[in-house]
Amino acid sequence: MLGETGPEWLSEEVKTGTTIIAIEFNGGVVLGSDSRVSAGASVVNRVMNKLSPLHDKIYCALSGSAADAQTIAEMVNYQLDVHSIEIGEDPQVRSAATLVRNISYKYKEELSAHLIVAGWDRRDGGQVFATLNGLLTRQPFAVGGSGSSYVYGFVDAEYRRGMSKEECQQFVVNTLSLAMNRDGSSGGVAYIVTIDEHSTEEKVVLGNNLPTFFDQ
Amino acid sequence: MAMLTVSRPPLGGFSFENCKRNAVLEGEVNKVGCSLPTARKTGTTICGVVFKDGVVLGADTRATEGMVVADKNCSKIHYISPNIYCCGAGTAADTEMTTQIISSNLELHGLSTGRLPRVATANRMLKQMLFRYQGYIGAALVLGGVDCNGPHLYSIYPHGSTDKLPYVTMGSGSLAAMAVFEDRYKPDMEEEAAKQLVRDAIAAGIFNDLGSGSNIDLCVITKGKVDYIRPHDEANKKGISTEGKCFGRVTGDYKYKGGTTGVLTKVVTPLDLELVDESVQTMDTS
Repeated sequence: MLGETGPEWLSEEVKTGTTIIAIEFNGGVVLGSDSRVSAGASVVNRVMNKLSPLHDKIYCALSGSAADAQTIAEMVNYQLDVHSIEIGEDPQVRSAATLVRNISYKYKEELSAHLIVAGWDRRDGGQVFATLNGLLTRQPFAVGGSGSSYVYGFVDAEYRRGMSKEECQQFVVNTLSLAMNRDGSSGGVAYIVTIDEHSTEEKVVLGNNLPTFFDQ
Repeated sequence: MAMLTVSRPPLGGFSFENCKRNAVLEGEVNKVGCSLPTARKTGTTICGVVFKDGVVLGADTRATEGMVVADKNCSKIHYISPNIYCCGAGTAADTEMTTQIISSNLELHGLSTGRLPRVATANRMLKQMLFRYQGYIGAALVLGGVDCNGPHLYSIYPHGSTDKLPYVTMGSGSLAAMAVFEDRYKPDMEEEAAKQLVRDAIAAGIFNDLGSGSNIDLCVITKGKVDYIRPHDEANKKGISTEGKCFGRVTGDYKYKGGTTGVLTKVVTPLDLELVDESVQTMDTS
């Protein structure tokens, strides 16, 4: 226990090598993530929910270093609580995304985490923001994490404007399933969060219920 | 995961390439009169499980300093508060000091709130401290306890990430222990079943991981009661065991009968000691 070099897992940082996706529809957003957390070659948590609440109707999807991502999400959760008390109403999604972006930009050399912020607010409805490397951009949909590389083609080809809530949920589940099949660092179960004006719904899709494709 | 090596497709099964090289090396080294170095042992096995009424924490008891076992029976389950205990893997000094600091801060916090501390509070304090030090504090912890919201179990990594799960393992023997958990864990177990499961998981780590060993300590935390069982299972009793034994049973004896070794010569040299100075210093025991 007091060895000089120590076991490999001690120095291997815990990463959420992952697949995350968020998509906007008319009246809300759908977020999705896988559930695998790895340290080196070992999976340390196979059921982690990477969709973290920042506020009642604003969630963020975590990827990259687990410690960095969790810390950013918790800090912004706290800052949003204070902010919403100060303004006396629910915060805007853009405010949450800006808070995340400010931390990501200021500490961009030290941190290695990417958070996608998505939610619903009264002013602009459903919104998805990407905060990679400290930028802030609103997009109709965003994918992130190591598994996203394998599904850029799929999402670019399959995305259509004006999809309904159910179509968006199916799109998210299909994307996650494809990415989890190809990316070694993504796997486990799929977590889906649907946020709209009336409710925030969290759902888990277990492995055997994920959609299958040609090679399964 | 997306890289494809084009040099030569890897053949299935175990690669014996290094065995020939090792045999050649061993021959060469033996010619000089030395022997090849043996495997270095570092590491530990700690785990925890949530059962119906609380949590059970388990740990092995070996502490190694490089190639030598420094402590055959060290205590890896640390006190945090009356209802919260924490197992520590990694650098011994780091786990010891980190748990003591957070235990002290939690006690002050409890005096300020006037309530029994919650496991989530201890988790937040630990993760924020470890994150602040960016992984340089090599403390990997399994934190468990029972508070007003029920039993909770967290695993905390050196860089500051945490996972809240019904069963966790940490340390070099974590894979062996997790194999046992994944096979036999069920939600809402009884206390005896949970203790047996944790004991088996630590035993798997002790016997299958080079870095873990000695005995098994358990800590059972339920609402209002803590059972610190040390040792729960002396899996490795010291002594000689006879052929065809089952593990744990020791029947041999280190003491040899008088006269086993023959005496060839006996020389007695008395040492003359001269008393030079004698003084008495009284201790203030008031």
